[in-house]
Amino acid sequence: MTIYNIYIFNRAGTCLYYHEWNRKKRSGMSQEEEFKLMFGMLFSLKSFVSRLSPTDQIQGLSSYRTSQYKLNFYETPSGLKIILNTDFSVGNIKDTLHQLYSQVFVEYVVKNPICDQDQPIKSELFNSKLDEFVKSLPFYPET
Amino acid sequence: MAIFSIWIISRAGGLIYQHDYNLPKVEVEKTFSYPLDLVLKVYDEKVVVAFGQRDGIKVGHTVLSINGQPVEGRFCRDEADVKKDVLEFLNTESNYPMNIKFGRPKLSTNEKIMLAGMFHSLYAIASQLSPQLHSSGIQLLETDTFKLHAFQTLTGIKFVVVTDPKRTSEDLLLKRLYEIYADFALKNPFYSIDMPIR
Repeated sequence: MTIYNIYIFNRAGTCLYYHEWNRKKRSGMSQEEEFKLMFGMLFSLKSFVSRLSPTDQIQGLSSYRTSQYKLNFYETPSGLKIILNTDFSVGNIKDTLHQLYSQVFVEYVVKNPICDQDQPIKSELFNSKLDEFVKSLPFYPET
Repeated sequence: MAIFSIWIISRAGGLIYQHDYNLPKVEVEKTFSYPLDLVLKVYDEKVVVAFGQRDGIKVGHTVLSINGQPVEGRFCRDEADVKKDVLEFLNTESNYPMNIKFGRPKLSTNEKIMLAGMFHSLYAIASQLSPQLHSSGIQLLETDTFKLHAFQTLTGIKFVVVTDPKRTSEDLLLKRLYEIYADFALKNPFYSIDMPIR
């Protein structure tokens, strides 16, 4: 099991934070373009899912997996989106993503008056706390 | 443990087969008095609930019928069989009390074709954004109300099964569908490839 990378988007589609741990492949485009493609894909995926659903949805999309990775998606009512790419053997980690939001993002970004929530996060403290949080997860490899 | 629908998408993203199975009906009928405590708006030629969930009526539900008379898009017919705009009809106090039936809109054929095309591109983007080498596209999509299982053949045709979220693996069913497609669609001399299967 392993964790590849994380994206945090605000409701307007700005990528607030990106970090990678064990990423093996580049998408072959600039990082800015990749953020746009990722956000665009999630936006379409959300609309796709809400229209295809046979009954009314509450949470909506939670994850998808391919033959190589699993994309875990968590969205707050304020529109903040957290995307964590992991190995496809990882189970449902909705609670983990919620913890990441409440214990790391709220604590070190929302409660930091000099962090602008419309701009990419530059806080070193947030960076280290998030890294610590992710590395403490059971499905982060020990190597 | 239900299967909701089966889709077959051609390698160009066109929908060549689609069938729905026992989709649960989400419908609520209620008597309302003036003024209506729901906020309605016209979206995509349908009258949709925009705000105010109550008694099983959810945001996103459309007006299906008024006083037992089915609504045609954004128009309805009154007692004299005169075509009227639904929003206008609902804003006239003299028409109350009235019975309105709300429900989840069913997908039209055009919408289904659009969704198939959408899935085709989402499948490709998912493999492009992979952090790991040699990734396929979306194989399993999980939401709180359904699971979508997809299988792409070597020739690029996608078989998609939408099921209950409790079901785990649909690999056998997908393989079997491919077999049936190969036997009964491709071996039909009147079938031209990439065209809808009839």
